[in-house]
Amino acid sequence: MKNLSSVMAAYMIGWGVFFFYFVTVARRTADLRKEVERLKQALARGK
Amino acid sequence: MMAKVLGAAVVVFLLGASAYGAFFVAPNELTMGVVQRIFYLHAPCGMTALAAFLICFAGNLGFLFKREAKWDWLAVSAAEVGLAFCTVVLLTGPIWAKPAWGVYWAWDARLTSTLVLWLLYVSYLILRTMVEDPDRRALISSFYGVFIFLDVPLVYGSIWWWRTQHPQPVVFTGGLNPEMRKVFYLSWLSLTALMILLIRQRYELEATRGEAQILAREAEAA
Repeated sequence: MKNLSSVMAAYMIGWGVFFFYFVTVARRTADLRKEVERLKQALARGK
Repeated sequence: MMAKVLGAAVVVFLLGASAYGAFFVAPNELTMGVVQRIFYLHAPCGMTALAAFLICFAGNLGFLFKREAKWDWLAVSAAEVGLAFCTVVLLTGPIWAKPAWGVYWAWDARLTSTLVLWLLYVSYLILRTMVEDPDRRALISSFYGVFIFLDVPLVYGSIWWWRTQHPQPVVFTGGLNPEMRKVFYLSWLSLTALMILLIRQRYELEATRGEAQILAREAEAA
């Protein structure tokens, strides 16, 4: 099984990139949702 | 919410099945041996990246014709997701190239045009951070997005038009063992499903950003 470590590395890196991207987008969306809620509350208080 | 969880579960299942196929079902390639199994990640990722850039192109054209923000959101979402797939292609390629060719990188037409493609879409995303007004940003980046898409057919055609270090196409030319072809198609399906999931998630982020901008303007005016 020569070069099996290369295959494993390629798959780990590939999935790692997708997982990292998925988590990043989810966190950015969650932060923006909090911002939207904060703005809505600020606007409701101002009325 | 339930549909989202179900969609993510289907994608994870497909990715797991394609990995199982790549490691345990596909036969060993005679010349390269086990390292050829990187093909089941590398090649479908490349095709999926080009598909994402095609969606970005459609989004850019959509904005130029309709001038609706949703087209711009689609374009930037697809560009970012395409870039993630293109990054995987550029990282897994050298890992495969070293044992197969003896070098990590060769400046041939396919590899160079793919690197240029990656740089072009990075510049597309950087350009967007430089324009504050959302309408102006969408307009400028749409023009630029249409222009940089010209590299996509160049990447696709490079192995047909020029003699390259990169292998010639095998999937649609009957050069692949039937077992290998099945695993390849499963991997392509799973990565396409992942691309759709990621674009949807990224689109949601952009839509939330749009909502936040409107609310911020209202708060400023109040």
